[in-house]
Amino acid sequence: MGFTSITALIQEAITNNVSIADVVMQSESQALGLDILSLRQQMQERIDVMRQAIKKGLSKKQESPSLLTDGKAYTYEKWRLKNDDSLYAKVIARALAVAEVNACMGRIVAAPTAGSCGILPAVLLTYADEYNYTHRLVDAFFTAGAVGVIIAKNASISGAEGGCQAECGSASAMAAAALVELEAEKMSPLAVDHVVAMTLQNILGLVCDPVAGLVEIPCVTRNVLCSLNALSCFTMVKAGLKTPIPADEVIKAMKEVGDLLPDSLKETAKGGIANTPTAKKIAKEIFLRKA
Amino acid sequence: MPRDSEITVFDIIGPIMIGPSSSHTAGAVRLGKLARSILGEKPLKARIGFHGSFRDTGKGHGTDKAVVAGLLGFLPDDERIPHSLSLTDDMDVDFYDLELEKSAHPNTVVFELTGQNGTITVRGASLGGGAVVVDKINDFPVNLSGDYPALLTVHKDRPGIIQAVSKVLANFDINIAYMKVYRLSKGKKALMIIETDQQVPKAAQDEILAKEDINWVRFVDKISL
Repeated sequence: MGFTSITALIQEAITNNVSIADVVMQSESQALGLDILSLRQQMQERIDVMRQAIKKGLSKKQESPSLLTDGKAYTYEKWRLKNDDSLYAKVIARALAVAEVNACMGRIVAAPTAGSCGILPAVLLTYADEYNYTHRLVDAFFTAGAVGVIIAKNASISGAEGGCQAECGSASAMAAAALVELEAEKMSPLAVDHVVAMTLQNILGLVCDPVAGLVEIPCVTRNVLCSLNALSCFTMVKAGLKTPIPADEVIKAMKEVGDLLPDSLKETAKGGIANTPTAKKIAKEIFLRKA
Repeated sequence: MPRDSEITVFDIIGPIMIGPSSSHTAGAVRLGKLARSILGEKPLKARIGFHGSFRDTGKGHGTDKAVVAGLLGFLPDDERIPHSLSLTDDMDVDFYDLELEKSAHPNTVVFELTGQNGTITVRGASLGGGAVVVDKINDFPVNLSGDYPALLTVHKDRPGIIQAVSKVLANFDINIAYMKVYRLSKGKKALMIIETDQQVPKAAQDEILAKEDINWVRFVDKISL
């Protein structure tokens, strides 16, 4: 995809009076030498895999070899069906579901990574189902992908390089931008700048500190955090709230923070939650079980 | 990430894969599959050494199941991956802990594979996001990504060999995208990797193998993510 900044992407959409997804598909069609229809089919295939992962995680307890993943989505969904029919509760259940399916060696779509794979499906599929936007989902995912490409070019989408802010944080920004695309008929592409800036500002500095080096604690519940962050920022912007710092500057700030983070907080399991006495005990037990 | 092209939306929304980790699981499957292709057949015996993070956190990420799935020929999104260790049939598999030199990538695996037609050692690393590199085949330091179809040859290091190989490829209308020759010392054996835009059919491989001073030929197909 030829764009390197959020500003340029939005400008192109406004100039041509089309949605951001249209701009992205046009650009990818040229870059990959594929027609728009086959691009859309490839994206639909990914959305179908996401939907299957949601179903799997909610309908059956997901238990990982390390035993750190213990069917949180299943338990939460059972409670939710009796007690909470809100959009937010549905998003929580689905983010847990997909992240747990990933932890248990199930089939998922990295978005942008495996560790952050629950955020886009939870936010977008739930919102689209709830408000009848399923026909706009493919477009929304192209907008999400474009934001991810721009973050990858200017900062990072890898926890080992930039901490959790780069993985779950990027997914959060991508999901919020995609919500704007879902409602593109009601919202200006300019809203994408505000939601990307706001989501990333909120999670700047989030470290990658997985217990025993596994994509489970705190990764699974971080998927929930970053899903709700996306949804919250989107509704704030929809209500007309703005943030003065442009998204492209926030992305550069995320890069700066990522570079400043010590290695112990970048996926090495040597700092943060991974370095607590209990986490170290858990890691030792898992290692002994291996022998 | 792609080497000579722009990052695309499908690199970000994708790949479709078996979790939990693109480096420790999806990349590990690709390395296993590359190793099998380099051996050229299903291994009867596989000794698999894990170094660094593969050794320390591989079990929790299913890296052992992932590399064996690759050896069985599975792709990174195959739902049989979690059960691969019970699908090995007559393949004899064992794992060991490995401590390589400091410069080795933390996600490194070494395969010693034995098939009906011989034995080979393949070393590879998972670089993140599912990207991998095979960096050693037997004693040859190499660089093979699995992102492109590739023809591998081992031949005597002498003038004319490369031309002979490229001539056969040209006759089969196969375009060379990239090529590199690795040798241990002048005039001895050399290993050549030719990345191509098309598949190299069996007939072309046989014709190349029939040339004088060419001892070994393999076609290693690309493994899409």
